[in-house]
Amino acid sequence: MMKEVLSMDHVSFSYQSEEGVTEKAIDDISFAVQQGEWIAIVGHNGSGKSTLAKLMIGLLFPDEGEVNVFIQKLSEANLWAIRSRMGFVFQNPDNQFVGSTVQDDVAFALENNGVPFTDMVTRVHESLAQVNMSNFHDHEPHHLSGGQKQRVAIAGALALKPELLLMDEATSMLDPQGRDEVIRVVEELKTKTGLTVISITHDLEEALLADRIVVMNKGKLLTTGTPTQIFARGDELEAIGLDLPFAMKVSRLLRESGMELFGEHMTEEELVNGLWTSHFSK
Amino acid sequence: MDISLQQVGYSYGRNTPFEKRALQGVDGTIKTGSYTAIIGHTGSGKSTLLMHLNGLLKPSEGIVQIGDTQITAGTKAKELKAVRRHVGIVFQFPEHQLFEETVEKDIMFGPMNFGVSKEESRKRAHELIELLGLPPDTAQKSPFDLSGGQMRRVAIAGVLAFKPSVLVLDEPTAGLDPRGRKEIMELFSRLHAEENLTTVLVTHSMEDAARYADNIIVMHNGHSVMAGTPQNIFGDEETLASFGLGVPRSVKLQRVVEKMIGRPLPVLALTEEDLATALARAASEEGDANA
Repeated sequence: MMKEVLSMDHVSFSYQSEEGVTEKAIDDISFAVQQGEWIAIVGHNGSGKSTLAKLMIGLLFPDEGEVNVFIQKLSEANLWAIRSRMGFVFQNPDNQFVGSTVQDDVAFALENNGVPFTDMVTRVHESLAQVNMSNFHDHEPHHLSGGQKQRVAIAGALALKPELLLMDEATSMLDPQGRDEVIRVVEELKTKTGLTVISITHDLEEALLADRIVVMNKGKLLTTGTPTQIFARGDELEAIGLDLPFAMKVSRLLRESGMELFGEHMTEEELVNGLWTSHFSK
Repeated sequence: MDISLQQVGYSYGRNTPFEKRALQGVDGTIKTGSYTAIIGHTGSGKSTLLMHLNGLLKPSEGIVQIGDTQITAGTKAKELKAVRRHVGIVFQFPEHQLFEETVEKDIMFGPMNFGVSKEESRKRAHELIELLGLPPDTAQKSPFDLSGGQMRRVAIAGVLAFKPSVLVLDEPTAGLDPRGRKEIMELFSRLHAEENLTTVLVTHSMEDAARYADNIIVMHNGHSVMAGTPQNIFGDEETLASFGLGVPRSVKLQRVVEKMIGRPLPVLALTEEDLATALARAASEEGDANA
């Protein structure tokens, strides 16, 4: 039985500019996220992704429509109760550290939530182990690499045992290694814990790993579907300023150069297999 | 304008208990007209090195030679002004430095500060608005009413306005979406050619370094550890890996394909276009061999 974790029901939101002009940042968006799903929300700069994130955590409230989290309509009244069941990871790892050591930092939110000390110790250990940072308990957060910092930030969110993890461009400021580290950790979490993840991202390689992709364009929901369904519409994605995964780009270039290749190739493995069967296995 | 680094060292917080060494024994050459990429892991000293390229930092040891000017620990601040006219730096998130009421005024600020007349500065501002592909009515708009990508272009115009011959770029595409990234990188590539610039790009992206640069300097723990053409640098995957760096995706995929077909492809595929060409050729050779 599927259980809904979050849904948007005909949500619209406008920002008011200084001259009193209203601009619709979110325009009639509806979609639902089920328990255990990993959803990637992609879109160009200014497509409304970040506004969507703010609406999900009640930093903004919709002008029209409803945002439901854990089957309750999000409102001023239940905001804190709902947020306490969610974990957040933001774009800039340097803006979210408070503790002077890694373990203090992870413990911070637990302390705030009145978790007893003995529980706290176990939870800190567990959550750092989940992000492969067990050897860094006493390190200073500021001396870690970007990828390590974001993994500590994820551990901080996990320590609170959230039912939903929301990541807002959590990999966009990292170098390629850091990005891979973070994506690997989230993937592991997903398979081991069945955590529901909503990841807002530019990175289509990351989106490729999601169960479902929501594509935003100019405040509207352009389409939603599995990565295979979404990337089958490659031209449309390019037209709205998104980039195709690397293997798809190469596969398309090969076809343009007149090479025979069958099917779409979203991952490098698929492309290599495709090349092998059509051209090299004779 | 050639730039050379000879045994450059730099420490933050010198002679304090917090002294931290950021650069040591850095050597390197950036030839006039070259497009040089500086790559390295986070904390490798890339950004500190970059600030030496126009005298924002003076080396604690060694010599930074920029054209005819030698910068050492003892160089006086006023001697650096000439250098700064020739070397423009576009910092990360340069749009954070916009401050004027209108785009035109913001772009004019730099040249006027260097003593260019108001009329001439205004003329340059309008030329740059066009050159950077901004709509002409942008000139009288507030920079803060523009989109993120447009703000970044205005900030870049502000650096180009005093006509530097060397343009230093620190992660110029950070935070942009894929199309924005590509547009900005293509723009720099065009400027590099059309304005005869010497370009220095500090980047995390091996793909950008491979596609755009003709010279690469690799930094690691404050040392310059490799230097050479993209072919040389990215052909040596093992050494790069020892510095925590990878190769561009196209090279990675090339290696997988080479393993599969049991022979190397004749050239290193620095871009996906290179890779597609090499693969198509290899496949047709295979076809001929089996025909």
